[in-house]
Amino acid sequence: MIALPPLAPPGVLTSDGHDAAICCFPTKQQYVALVDAFKNDGFEMCVDLCGVDYLEFPTRQLPSGVTPTRFEVVVNLLSLSRRERVRIRVQAGDDEPEVDTLFDVYPGTEALEREAFDMFGVLFTNHPDLTRILMPEEWEGHPLRKDYGSGRIPVQFKQTPGPR
Amino acid sequence: MIDDTVRVAERIDLLTAETSEGEQGLQSRASTSSGQLRREVGAVLRLDGKTLDPSSIDYEVRDDETMIINMGPAHPSTHGVLRLMLELDGEFVLRTKPVVGYLHTGMEKTGEELSYVQGGTNVTRMDYLSPVINELSYSMAVEKLLGIEVPERAVWIRMLMSELNRVCSHLVWMATNGMDLGASSMMIYGLRERELILAFFEKTAGLRMNLNYVRPGGVAADLADGWQDDVTVICDTIHDRTFDYDQLLTGQPLFRQRMVGVAPITAEEALALGLTGPLLRSTGVPWDLRRTMPYLAYDQVDFDVIVGTYGDNFDRYAIRLNEIRESIRIVRQCIEKMPSGDYRSQDPKVTPPPRARIGESMEALIHHFKLFTEGFQVPEGEVYSAVESPRGELGCYLVADGGAKPYRIHVRAPSFVNLQAIPLLMRGGTVSDAITVISTVDPVMGEVDR
Repeated sequence: MIALPPLAPPGVLTSDGHDAAICCFPTKQQYVALVDAFKNDGFEMCVDLCGVDYLEFPTRQLPSGVTPTRFEVVVNLLSLSRRERVRIRVQAGDDEPEVDTLFDVYPGTEALEREAFDMFGVLFTNHPDLTRILMPEEWEGHPLRKDYGSGRIPVQFKQTPGPR
Repeated sequence: MIDDTVRVAERIDLLTAETSEGEQGLQSRASTSSGQLRREVGAVLRLDGKTLDPSSIDYEVRDDETMIINMGPAHPSTHGVLRLMLELDGEFVLRTKPVVGYLHTGMEKTGEELSYVQGGTNVTRMDYLSPVINELSYSMAVEKLLGIEVPERAVWIRMLMSELNRVCSHLVWMATNGMDLGASSMMIYGLRERELILAFFEKTAGLRMNLNYVRPGGVAADLADGWQDDVTVICDTIHDRTFDYDQLLTGQPLFRQRMVGVAPITAEEALALGLTGPLLRSTGVPWDLRRTMPYLAYDQVDFDVIVGTYGDNFDRYAIRLNEIRESIRIVRQCIEKMPSGDYRSQDPKVTPPPRARIGESMEALIHHFKLFTEGFQVPEGEVYSAVESPRGELGCYLVADGGAKPYRIHVRAPSFVNLQAIPLLMRGGTVSDAITVISTVDPVMGEVDR
């Protein structure tokens, strides 16, 4: 069992039944401080960061005390010395999701945060270069949002040939 | 009078507008923020005593004496469509910025529209050099959510196929790396040996690449009769030929000059950047998920985790060459220890009824039809499963809402994260070193862009 960093407030830490990882639910204000505490606690690496849009699944299970918002940022930390993982899920907001960047704690989150911004429009405060990474720069909308329909743009090779 | 629409040398803006990626590209130093600048010169560390103040970065040359050039997206050494923007002082690289996304096809969005049964065909196309391992990561995530057990034989078949796939992927790396450095005979040899494995894949799964062989609940088909002989031949042949590669490359002075001591990286830098796989192990960190967080039956086989010392190009080469030998060692143990039994779970939820039953039982027919049209439902929850791919930690983060399709599927692609090391590795080297850096980082663009 992972020792709780002193910053984690009670009631936000659950053990996940599926992959036996520890899940933390900090508020936006606690978020960077909590990640920093985990880093000092021996979690050397941030392996993954991604966004989730819960627009069509608002009934997801969360521990009491956590107010669900539409967007969530999920961070996976890894401790090489202790061989443990921890997952941090922060509620990022509804209309204009915004959280602080982890760039100063783990520089390796730079591209992952850009991807989350590109795909979900989550803003990362103080990120050094918050530009799109996968989509073209002039693209409108954020493709992985649930209200972004796929197939909106006709693909040329699917057009039916004209009459002969 | 210059025509506004004709691209001529006097109108450079017209020449560049067509390929510009706007803010995503490398900007002039004056219009780059200090944090971004620090990243482009590869100063990633925030550790005590190693913090680099951007105002103290010694550029040696003035802004107007350098040149920003594009390498890629169609450069042959970029292994696909990776575009690098380099700021050069003569032949030396000052700043680098990778521009990606040219192969983005929205596979994570597609994954939300395919059922769990179909999902395997989607993820297998991400890292097209290690399809089996992609499927494995995805299937393990689905199985964790479903809470089903995979039969012993399926576990060992998965392990056998993963290791053959790892050999296959490293052989392609050896081949393309040889080609990048001008050793074109290595190119031919690497692809020749890979053909043996692809032929075995075809015999087992029906396809050479993008197999969709590992599925939630087990694997698609049992190994073909006489597979032990096929695999033994593959192991013997490739193991012998790795010593030919040694002769061809390892001691070759020209090869060594391009590799030894070029583009080193330290363990702290690698950890800070989140690098995994051979890049991390080359710095001496013995981190291999097969050993440190065993999945499948990797705790029941004997193998060594290969680590380097200096973190340079040569270490990364040596690690991959020796991992081929270690994987072959695991494959040989798989042949010996392969248990008998089912190759897929008999849980009717995920496994269709056998073909013979469909002809005689109405229920079996309905069940078969439902499974392949609607798919099966996965209970609510979220899960992260990670496996060791040839390029590093391949993770699959899955959110299920109780329906037959994943609510969100995110793939933690090792190449995508490893690309962040490129500015650091290239700083101060020449353009020809840049080629070896791209090669030894080994990005697969299908996985980077997804």
